[in-house]
Formats: sequence, structure tokens, C-alpha cells
Amino acid sequence: MMDDIQLIQTIERYLEGKMLPEEKAFFELQRKNVPEIDQMVVEHNMFIHQMEDFAANQKLKHQLQEIHNKFLQEGFIGDGTQELTAKTKLIYLWNKYRRVTAIAAVVGGAMALMISGLIAFFAPANKQAIQQLGQEVERLKQGQRYQGNKINEVVSKMPKDAEVRGGGSGFLIDGKGYIVTNAHILKGASFANVYNDGKEYKTKIVYVDAAKDLAVLKIDDKDFIPVKSLPYSIVKHSVELGEEIFTLGYPRSEIVYNVGYISAKTGYAGDTLSCQIQMSANPGNSGGPLLNKHGEVVGVISTKERQADGVTFAITSKYIYKLIDDVKKADTAYQRIKLPTYSSIKSTDRVNQIKKIEDCVFLIKAYN
Amino acid sequence: MKSEVNEQALLKGLAENDTKAIKIIYKDNFNTILSFIINNNGSYDDARDIFQEAIITLYEKAQSESFALTCKINTYIYSICRRLWLKRLHQVDKFNKPINGFEDTIQVEEDMEIHEKRNMDFAMMERAMNSLGEPCRSLIESFYIKKISMQTLAKQFGYTNADNAKTQKYKCLIRLKKLFFAQYNIGE
Repeated sequence: MMDDIQLIQTIERYLEGKMLPEEKAFFELQRKNVPEIDQMVVEHNMFIHQMEDFAANQKLKHQLQEIHNKFLQEGFIGDGTQELTAKTKLIYLWNKYRRVTAIAAVVGGAMALMISGLIAFFAPANKQAIQQLGQEVERLKQGQRYQGNKINEVVSKMPKDAEVRGGGSGFLIDGKGYIVTNAHILKGASFANVYNDGKEYKTKIVYVDAAKDLAVLKIDDKDFIPVKSLPYSIVKHSVELGEEIFTLGYPRSEIVYNVGYISAKTGYAGDTLSCQIQMSANPGNSGGPLLNKHGEVVGVISTKERQADGVTFAITSKYIYKLIDDVKKADTAYQRIKLPTYSSIKSTDRVNQIKKIEDCVFLIKAYN
Repeated sequence: MKSEVNEQALLKGLAENDTKAIKIIYKDNFNTILSFIINNNGSYDDARDIFQEAIITLYEKAQSESFALTCKINTYIYSICRRLWLKRLHQVDKFNKPINGFEDTIQVEEDMEIHEKRNMDFAMMERAMNSLGEPCRSLIESFYIKKISMQTLAKQFGYTNADNAKTQKYKCLIRLKKLFFAQYNIGE
């Protein structure tokens, strides 16, 4: 042990260059002659360097960490939050939780299938799945403002404190001012106004049949000029599968044209009152006329299935006849209502059909 | 030309542990690496570790006598980080994911090999130091690393004279060497 220590001491002095010239010459001779000593010198030299490098490495690491913390505090470098822009954050989160998401999706999917299966098996037909196409009150308020601007010279005919309850579309069934619309549009309303081409007309609610979801309004306004003859007829027969149909309505403040086809002769869950149509209808289309290519009214747009986009339902037009029969029975004042049976736009093209029809389609707003 | 001179000065500063130079390199490059790592499935801590590793690699390169950097500092750092991160990803995940990033890169495999070898040596030294025990460790660190004189050390550690301290230091060094080279042999 003591020899080892002395040897290391000697080697260190040699490496540090602290030896006198004679001593150094002697030691170098020894290195040459004794391979073990030579090996020890090399090993010791390497080891000392190893220690120094290690120390330098530790020091640098420490230094870097200090700089990092300082910069982080001073805000010179990102702290990881601003680096995550919306896109990279999404990628980051997606990558991070990809597996969990996949498992969750599988489990969720399985659960959804199971639950929907159970519901389909046990539950009665879910009426709530039907979304009524009544225009949302907020949108109507916006529309009202727009309409208000458009008819700027006309003072609104509504009492100032009236509140919009709902809205939709409606169309004339008698040139004297009788309008058919959906009953749900008028739900909770005490009166309604109708609009066409920037003009506002007061109406009277004549009849509401909640079961059929149909209602009759009568324009009761001195500004209204009765229409001599309506361009379209209202058919009594049932619709044909695949029949091409179109509609005009007020999903917004302006009249909108939409086209589709009859996709089923019955409505939601086999409802015989209505038929199913393939057409993208929006809230506000409710109460609008459904016409075939001859310009004949075959139905009234009514409700929309919540889940499936593009699936819309319409009440078939023969129920308009039944409705008017009921109206006449209920009140003798309305004996003179006469539904149009002749379409004058049978052989005109669609653009001209629309030009004629749009005068007879109204935006309806219900107030309480 | 001016930027080249600046880069050389920065590297010289880095090699000499000049805090100012290190700060400039740090500030100029960290955010690029951070967004690169985060965009490729890494965390903030990953970015910091990888980036600091790259700086250390550059530091080692700058210190070697045969040193010559054939590209800009930021290209070098980015290349190292990219390689390091790719390797890390392969270690944790067997799926080969394509790595996103459009900066220029250069071949850095050789430098990385040297760096890895050094890291292994450092790890061995750290383990040897940790198993050395006190006061040996402090004695060795103070003398060989902090270069404190034997007289001062003798006083600090409470040895009666410098010679005793010296003897003790040598004993410690022999033990440390044994611990270190024992790992070396196992390692090989």
C-alpha cells in the first residue's frame, strides 16, 4: 500500500512537471524498462483527465440549467405554453392521448351500440327525436330588425311590447287572404303577423289543429290586396314515391328555394298523416308549401328529424281539405273559403313558377 | 463574413465556459428546438434535456484540438437534437414515426458516437464517486477538481498536517480508481 502511494505520488509529480531534470531522466528510464510503471503512468494520466472532464461536464450542466432558469424567468425563451399554437397543441395532445382516445372511442362506440340497441328494444317511439322547424326566436328577432329596415317607411303594426314567440312560413290557400301554416309555429302566441316583399300584414288566427299540426290565419289588414286567383292548386290525391318536389320558405328573412324528392309515403315512425321528403330544410321552412313540378301543392313542410340531416317531413295536402272542412264546421263565418283546384303554372319553367308562387308565400311571426 | 467571425468567437467562448457565449447560443437556439420537440411528440422537459445535451456535444467538439465546425451553430445544434430525439423515440416506441421538421441538417453520427462514449465514461465516474463515500469524495473533489491546495484542505478537513491529508488523498484515489476501472472491465 505504501509503495503504491509513493508510486502515485511520483507519477503525479512527473505528470505535473515538478521533477528535477535528473530525477525526470531517471523516471523516464524506469518507464521504458518497466512496462508496469509505464502502464500506471498512462492509466493515471487518463484517469486524472477523466476526472477533470467529468468535473467540466458537471459544471457545464449546472451552468446550462442556471441559464435556462434565468431565461425562463426573464421570458427570453418559451415556457412551453406559447410554443403550443392551436395546431401544434392539437398534435401534441393528440399524440399524447392517442392511445387513451382510441380505447375510449372503442369503449364508447361499444357502449353506444349497446345502449341504442337497448333503447330501440325497450323504448316507445321517441317523439323528442323530431325537431319542429319553428324558427328560433333569436334568429327571428334578427330577421325582424332586417325586415324593419327593409320596410323603413312603414311603421310596424305590432304593439311595442309584443314579444316574438316563434316563426316560420305559410302560404295562401285562398286569394281572400287565408293562409295555412303549422300549428306549432303559433304555439303560445296570441296573434301573428305575416310578411311578404317587405310588407307587413296583421292577421287573425282562424283555426288551430294541433293534432294535424296545421293552422289557418286570415289576413286582416286594409293594406292587403286580395289575389284574384292563386297560381297553384292544392291536390287531393296522395304523393308518389320519387316525385320531384320543391319548396319556398323563410329559413331567414329572405325567401329561399329548395328542391328534393318524396322519399317515403309515410312520415316519421309510419305516421300516415305525413310523408318523408329528402331535402335539406331549415328551421323556418316549417309551414311552407311543398309543390310538385306542375306547381301543385302536395304538402306542408312540417318537421325535421333531429339526427338525420336532409330528412324532412311534410303533411300531405289532402289534410288541408280536411282542415278547411273542420274550419267550416266550427265557424259559419268561413263558409266562403275555396281551395284552388287549378294550377296556372303547369307548363311554365321553374323560374317563372317561383316568380308567381313567391307572392303567395309569407314569413310568419307569432307574438304573445 | 462578420457572422462567421461571431460564430467562431461564440464557439471559443463556449469552449472556455464563458457564460456570455453560452447565453447567446442558448437564446438563439432554444425556441427552435422546443417547437421541434413539441411538434414531434415530446414534452417541455424533453426539449430542455435534448437541447442541453446538444450544447454539451458542441462544447466537447469545440474543446477538441481537431475542432472544425463545417456549418452554422444552429444547423449543428438542430442536427444533433434531431438525431438524439429520433433515437429517444425509437427507444420508447417501436413504431417508426416520421419526424417533422424542415430545417437543414448535417451528418453528426460521428460526433454523437464520441459524445455517447464520453457520457458513458461520465456515468461510470459518477457511480464510482457516489460509492466512494465521505470524506474521500470531498477530498478528491476538492483537490483534483476544485484544485484546492493540500495545506488548505488539511485545515478544512482537520488533518494534523498536509502530509497526512496527502496520504489520505492517495488512498482515496486508489479506491476511486479501483471502483472506476472495475466498471470499465465489466462494461467491456
